[in-house]
Amino acid sequence: MTAPFDVAIIGAGPAGMAAAVMARKQGLSCVVFDEAGRPGGQIYRAVTERPERDRQDILGPDYYAGLDLVEAFQRSGAEHRAGTMVWSIAEGEIHWRSRSGSGVTFARRIVAAAGAMERPFPLRGWTLPGVMTAGAAQILLKSAGLVEDDIVFVGCGPLLYLVAAQYCRAGHPPRLVIETTPRRNLGAALPHLPRALLAARYLFKGLGLIRELRAAGVRIERGVEQVELEGEDAIRGVRWRSGGRWQRADTGRVALHQGVVPNVNLAMALRCRHLWDERQRCWRPALDEWNRSSQPWLWIAGDEAGIAGAVSARLSGAIAALDIARDLGAIDERERNRAGTPLRAALGRDRAVRPFLETLYRPSDVFVVPQADDVIICRCEEVTRGEIARVVKEGAAGPNQAKGFLRCGMGPCQGRMCGHTVTETMSALSGKGQEEIGYFRQRMPIKPITTGEIAASAPFDGAGA
Amino acid sequence: MRSPHKTGIAVIGGGIVGASVAYGLAARGEKVTLFDEGDIAFRAARGNLGNVWVQGKGAGGPAYADLTRRAAKDWDDFAHDLGAESGIDLHFRRPGAFFFCFTEAELERRSKTLTDLDAQATVPSRFEVMDNAGIRRLLPEVSSAVVGATFCSDDGTTNPFHLLRALLSVFERRGDYRPGHPVARLAPDGSGFRVETPQGDWLADRVILTAGLGNKELAPGLGLSAPIRPVRGQILVTEKLKPFLRYGISFIRQTVEGGVIFGESSEEAGLDDRTTPDVIQTTAQRAVAALPLLANAQVVRSWAALRVMSPDGMPVYAESAAHPGAFLVTVHSGVTLAPFHAGPLATALSAGRLDPAWQPFSSDRFSVPAS
Amino acid sequence: MFQRLDLREFDTSFTFAGRAIPAREGENLAAAILRADIKAFRSTPRSGAPRGPYCMMGVCFECLVTVDGEPNRQACLETVHGGMVVEPQAGAAEINR
Repeated sequence: MTAPFDVAIIGAGPAGMAAAVMARKQGLSCVVFDEAGRPGGQIYRAVTERPERDRQDILGPDYYAGLDLVEAFQRSGAEHRAGTMVWSIAEGEIHWRSRSGSGVTFARRIVAAAGAMERPFPLRGWTLPGVMTAGAAQILLKSAGLVEDDIVFVGCGPLLYLVAAQYCRAGHPPRLVIETTPRRNLGAALPHLPRALLAARYLFKGLGLIRELRAAGVRIERGVEQVELEGEDAIRGVRWRSGGRWQRADTGRVALHQGVVPNVNLAMALRCRHLWDERQRCWRPALDEWNRSSQPWLWIAGDEAGIAGAVSARLSGAIAALDIARDLGAIDERERNRAGTPLRAALGRDRAVRPFLETLYRPSDVFVVPQADDVIICRCEEVTRGEIARVVKEGAAGPNQAKGFLRCGMGPCQGRMCGHTVTETMSALSGKGQEEIGYFRQRMPIKPITTGEIAASAPFDGAGA
Repeated sequence: MRSPHKTGIAVIGGGIVGASVAYGLAARGEKVTLFDEGDIAFRAARGNLGNVWVQGKGAGGPAYADLTRRAAKDWDDFAHDLGAESGIDLHFRRPGAFFFCFTEAELERRSKTLTDLDAQATVPSRFEVMDNAGIRRLLPEVSSAVVGATFCSDDGTTNPFHLLRALLSVFERRGDYRPGHPVARLAPDGSGFRVETPQGDWLADRVILTAGLGNKELAPGLGLSAPIRPVRGQILVTEKLKPFLRYGISFIRQTVEGGVIFGESSEEAGLDDRTTPDVIQTTAQRAVAALPLLANAQVVRSWAALRVMSPDGMPVYAESAAHPGAFLVTVHSGVTLAPFHAGPLATALSAGRLDPAWQPFSSDRFSVPAS
Repeated sequence: MFQRLDLREFDTSFTFAGRAIPAREGENLAAAILRADIKAFRSTPRSGAPRGPYCMMGVCFECLVTVDGEPNRQACLETVHGGMVVEPQAGAAEINR
């Protein structure tokens, strides 16, 4: 076996890149695995590419803020394994697959920075072709230069407005924005406003987006209490109810969004302790103040550690790498603290806006727990709310019994598209808290891989190879 | 403190074994409370190939071979009746199954074991020995690395999740199912038994221990002994594939839904039910060695689960000598034996007396004479 | 229907369900199919319902297609190569010998 890397990092988004840069700065050998062909993660996807570089007027300055980090990462001397999917992790070993084959790489410490995904948004008709997430619409805009001229945005959260505004800038204002943020959220969020002013630029940015939509003449429906998507072989229209009245619009494309949640599959599969975050309505790993998880060899940074956005992700990646440098004896505790204190202070300031934003955009119960029995919860296995309700009535204690009985969470997405909904739905139906209900028991592989690739996987290389 | 609830028979453990016994007892008119853990349990039912398996079972213990063969024969009626009662299709199929051998010596040993077993067992079950060409006629996908196989047409499969759900859902109509009631302690109390859970206590006239690995801890409180240990198995599951595998293979099968599940590992790992990279890899290698086309199938899930293993691998059916009315049922083939547990065993437990013919399964066989 | 902001010429093509689709070498496969106004990429194994890309980031597995005979490719993670033959995945995958 070749010498292991000091640190292996999963994900080359802001957290992973910042962790790599810091690890290298502390003299640690470092390898970074990422599924994408280019560094940047979802947020800075394709930021180094042309013609994306020429689309600043559409994508906005926050997107290009990633450029300096990508460049620092590329100069850092960290080994970047692009286009490489990690399918299994155990203490000291990372099992991966790339176009050229499958293998194992050894590392003394691991940083998981696998980012976030959009919260499942189970509406009647959400599986119809033509329905996608707002993030998907943004990816098509960012990396393929595609805009849909007939799109309807549905949901809540800052990304919904950002993508809608980017569509306006591209000269294709969306047909309609259906806003599902409960009206009462604003009142609940106001007490958090003074603290949020510490990170006021986020607030100005948000208000600016709404102004842009207004200026472009985009119709915005607010306080919407119910939404259904219509169509047979593809999306044809959207229906919504607000103030007790149903309305309808034709459309061939719907983009859904109600916030993002951490990618929990990896840390769950490693049996890291997780908490239910009530304000963010999601699972997040329990971490110490240096982002170390309940597995002593694993640190978790960025949105995978709890949603806080790209700036915080960058800081948390650097913080995790500093602590690993201490853990491996490259620096002592005093040096770590000296370097880490300003980072943690900056993190605190950046996160000051979170309580306000999270309360304001907290999705309403009716959109995280489907209200009608025929609504599909598990897209892969086509399991409906009605079926979940039936096994709850039969006494299924939690998601794992439900999974066995109904197959929800057994498909190729490995529970990503239904896990949060199953927890929330079983909680709502049984009256038990989400933490008590729990989550699917995840296991490797954390992404599908062929039997042949598992069979052929062999120890590959290390820092000293 | 609240006064305890009362029940006729307390069944401890809501896996396939406990649910089979509870279902059978409730069908015989007994007042039954079934105590179950929460969502995270060492539930062998959830880490299970779902084989209704006959060939080779009971080597060295003909009573076990007969028990298995009878139960397996009863599976058709059992699956039909339980399916009709519950409205849940158990996906029971009996296409027959292969046991693959990769060397001539292994095939010879295997065929001798099965021949010897057949001579000892009183309930018949036929098997065939095939060479690679023979297998290929039934299963063209087989690798040339497979030298031969034994094939038994009594072997079948079911969906263990559907089996468990069907048992529980029918039981629930007649009995009292208590999920989220882990049993902390069992003890004799007056003429009956006290069942202690965090949600309160129950007094039962009789108690049946079907708690899998939990039996080991709970049995001594009733004057019983369950010298069982966990034996870990790891399993891989592919995405759904169009049906191609018409027969079972001891460690590979395609489910009715289309996924192929495979694995045969056996490890002493204590109560650690995690998967491990080395065994996952060996499992994948063995599957590809048997059926090369599996190399192209996507694995979407894995499991590790803990078998409930007695020292000789055979079931334990015992009544407490010190505290009559307390029974121990512990097996690692809860799927195959389900018709027995829900049928003849439930009849005996309802009558409060085990059949003397089951003496080979008493836990006395493990006791070491005092020195 | 999707409109292009990137007005560079297409320099290659591939087929989806037998239909020739113009594209740029190395671009994202799902994006190229969507741009051709195709919404359904596959049908589900359980009910046969049509599905198309949902997340575009490799999470949802809704955009599964067969690429040059290899099933289960996530179109959102594949890049276009001239002449590649892409087929919708109808129900469960079929594995090749």
